Amino acid sequence: MENLIALLVAAPLLGAAVLLCGGRRLDRVGHLLGTLLAAASFVIGVVLFADMLGKNADDRTFTQHLFSWIPVEGFQADVSFQLDQLSMTFVLLITGVGSLIHIYSIGYMEHDERRRRFFGYLNLFLAAMLLLVLADNYLLLYVGWEGVGLASYLLIGFWQHKPSAATAAKKAFLVNRVGDMGLSIAVMLMFTTFGTFAFGPVLKSAEEHLGGGATLTGIALMLLLAACGKSAQVPLQSWLGDAMEGPTPVSALIHAATMVTAGVYLIVRSGAVFNASPDAQLVVVVVGAVTLLFGAIVGCAKDDIKKALAGSTMSQIGYMVLAAGLGPIGYVFAIMHLVTHGFFKAGLFLGAGSVMHGMNDEVDMRKYGALRKYMPVTFVTFGLGYLAIIGFPGLSGFFSKDKIIEAAFAKGGTEGWILGSVALLGAAITAYYMTRVMIMTFFGEKRWQPDGEGHEPHPHESPKSMTIPMIVLAVGSVFAGGFFSIGDRFLHWLEPVTEHSHGNAPISATTVTAATMVVLVVGAGLAYLQYGRRPVPVVAPRGSLLTRAARRDLLQDDFNHVVLVRGGEHLTRSLVYVDHTLVDGVVNGTAASVGGLSGRLRKLQNGYARSYAVSMFGGAALIVAATLLMRAV
Amino acid sequence: MNPVNYLYLAALLFTIGATGVLIRRNAIVVFMCVELMLNACNLAFVAFSRMHGNLDGQIIAFFTMVVAAAEVVVGLAIIVSLFRSRHSASVDDASLMKL
Amino acid sequence: MTQLAAAATLSAGTSTGEAFQFWVLGTFAVLGALCTVLMKKAVHSALCLAGTMIVLAIFYLANGAYFLGVVQIIVYTGAIMMLFLFVVMLVGVTAADSLKETIKGQRWLALLCGLGFGILLIAGIGNASLHHFNGLGKANAGGNVQGLAALLFTNYVFAFEITGALLITATLGAMVLTHRERTERARTQRELAEQRVREGKHLPPLPAPGVYARHNAVDIAGLLPDGTPSELTVNRTLRQRGQIRDVSAEALGDLKALEQRSAERLERPEEASK
Repeated sequence: MENLIALLVAAPLLGAAVLLCGGRRLDRVGHLLGTLLAAASFVIGVVLFADMLGKNADDRTFTQHLFSWIPVEGFQADVSFQLDQLSMTFVLLITGVGSLIHIYSIGYMEHDERRRRFFGYLNLFLAAMLLLVLADNYLLLYVGWEGVGLASYLLIGFWQHKPSAATAAKKAFLVNRVGDMGLSIAVMLMFTTFGTFAFGPVLKSAEEHLGGGATLTGIALMLLLAACGKSAQVPLQSWLGDAMEGPTPVSALIHAATMVTAGVYLIVRSGAVFNASPDAQLVVVVVGAVTLLFGAIVGCAKDDIKKALAGSTMSQIGYMVLAAGLGPIGYVFAIMHLVTHGFFKAGLFLGAGSVMHGMNDEVDMRKYGALRKYMPVTFVTFGLGYLAIIGFPGLSGFFSKDKIIEAAFAKGGTEGWILGSVALLGAAITAYYMTRVMIMTFFGEKRWQPDGEGHEPHPHESPKSMTIPMIVLAVGSVFAGGFFSIGDRFLHWLEPVTEHSHGNAPISATTVTAATMVVLVVGAGLAYLQYGRRPVPVVAPRGSLLTRAARRDLLQDDFNHVVLVRGGEHLTRSLVYVDHTLVDGVVNGTAASVGGLSGRLRKLQNGYARSYAVSMFGGAALIVAATLLMRAV
Repeated sequence: MNPVNYLYLAALLFTIGATGVLIRRNAIVVFMCVELMLNACNLAFVAFSRMHGNLDGQIIAFFTMVVAAAEVVVGLAIIVSLFRSRHSASVDDASLMKL
Repeated sequence: MTQLAAAATLSAGTSTGEAFQFWVLGTFAVLGALCTVLMKKAVHSALCLAGTMIVLAIFYLANGAYFLGVVQIIVYTGAIMMLFLFVVMLVGVTAADSLKETIKGQRWLALLCGLGFGILLIAGIGNASLHHFNGLGKANAGGNVQGLAALLFTNYVFAFEITGALLITATLGAMVLTHRERTERARTQRELAEQRVREGKHLPPLPAPGVYARHNAVDIAGLLPDGTPSELTVNRTLRQRGQIRDVSAEALGDLKALEQRSAERLERPEEASK
């Protein structure tokens, strides 16, 4: 049974290889093949899951050693897989949601002539992500990590004929490289400190505080940097919004099932390292809290439906990172929120894609309105996702987000109050911006107009291949949270891997839930007052200073430009100056002096035999002098 | 008089010959100066022979003469063929070793 | 000569005669050497060198090296210097060298080196303890030539043989260097004549040098009827060396005077006034 683990990765990898190397012959069946292999991976995952459920909670870790990758004395790198409850959760999420997105893409990308290649990239994405979560050591995880980066680059820039898409892909790749650098440094530190990469020994050593607090904090911070890059956390968040340039299924895949979850996975997986370093944990929760608000504020101001959802993703991942930073109190809830978020965010993105599909790829919400009549299925599924994300009682988000807010309060002390308040505030803003999206898209008057060439959009429901995944995801969004929470099923499932502890909550769970409900109503009500009661202007009003800043992603790009680009330019310029004057000066000076000396010496070689004879004679005189001197001495 | 004066004379003649080699441009005169140097050496050898009271120094001088004769034969042949091809006996004209 | 030889037989010290001879002849030797270096013409240099060599031969005799002294005169002064003179003749007897230095700093460097070297040598000799002279009385007891021969054919026999080989090689080398291989058949007289006709060169024999039988030296160009010299009459070597003596001005002057005199005698004023 354990031999199936490798097949999980192999199936999509095979798909990617066949689709990308197969050429045009596969154009007609490529998408089916890709979907089939993704589904096959899901089926294998389910089989393994069933097998795992049949075992005791402590025997649920499967490992498969494939081969020795770099067998060198003192440096052992293996390609071996480890499947435990945490990996299993991710495998099901990745392959399940991934397969649904594959199916959706069949319809969405129908008219794209490079559809086969698109499915190849999707499969590559799945394979890399599965490798990431299944690896049993950090080095192999790093391979998957880089694979995800590569696949995201290829997919975001899939429409590379658009300069904006090409730029966005490059931006995502470069920002991710910063995080990757963090991961590689962390891996190197691990090797020098513990002498191994494998999860088991590394985490065990970290639990025993081997290597000293400073080193552990360093490793943890480097891991956090890596997580920030992949999960779009402040300060490496800037690529996420631009990544919307990719096709919508890609956005769904990146935001719901893969990529951004990798950072959370890394933090939870390395929980022992973070537990050993409270300082690093503090940084993690600060990053999570800041990102939570950052993403939410950005989401409020965007008129582009996908970018609004992107801000939402950033904010929700912020919740997860916040939870992960809380330590054993929050690990389980981080993963739980990750899974429920995977459902409803994938549903929301697919819904957004469906809307765009019907609206001639218009993304500006100010040109939507009243779409509920034209796209009933999309409206219902999107609406369910909306209710789930704002935490409507009984739906997925309600359970998972509530737990995180509780856990934040349970951190205890002033810290706990601050974090809890931030999480509550985030919940209010979430309710606000999601209600805004909902109202602007599906309610009110129709605001669409003929485009420049006189084509008026004819909103219509999307084909079955697109609606069915949306329906499935909507079902997940509604019931997953409840299913997980009732009887603490998910807690018991993950506890053997991540451990769990109840903090000392200063306020009761009921109070937190009540508070959440209050802020939910306040947020949604505000949005209703602002957008539901009044007609939405087609041209965005100027807005307050904060709105304008938020429209520009809270000036993240300006910040990067001023601090990194300008700073880099100045640094480069000064280095170039040093290089030109100092280094080149030394080199050229040496060359010039040697050249000048040679030029002078060359004059001795004038070709006249008599000159040479003088040298000889002078030399003979010197030898005589030397002889006499020696004798005199 | 001390016979060591012969050695001083030999040194003087040798130095004059060497300076002549360096100063003159005519290959024939240069060659003559070389002969002068060889003769100075011969004089020194002969003086040394007298000093040591055996004939080995004279033998060396004898060999020097033979070698000098051979050298003159070849050297003059070279000068002649040089003159034939370049219409000049100046050693400076043969400065082909220059870049 | 016998006196000199007698002086040389003195074993350890030197007689006053030898001292006198040394100072006088030594002066000549140094002067000869200096002239060898400083004379403008190669012939003069060669003659001065020959003089120095003869002086050296006398010194050899004075030092008991009778055989070497004679050989020095026969081989060096006789044969080698003659060779030099032959070559000087081939290259050009009268062509004087310019003593102007062309390489910058060469003369000063040469003088500096020479001076330094000479001073060092003399200082070296002066420092050496060379006061005890054995003399050659014992070594020359059986005759100088016999003594040399005994050494030459015993101790130095291999060197002797090798020197013989060297001489043979040098002879061959000189022949190879100066010999020019004829790679084609020599042209016959007929072919040469035909070629001259074809090229339109001077067909009859070249005119003889000398002018009106008053100058018959080979380096004086014969004059054409109008009084200008014809270079054809002079040997090509002399022409190339630029050693032609020109008497055309004299001849033209003579011609003019003759014409004037005849004009006066024939009372032709218009001619005379010309």
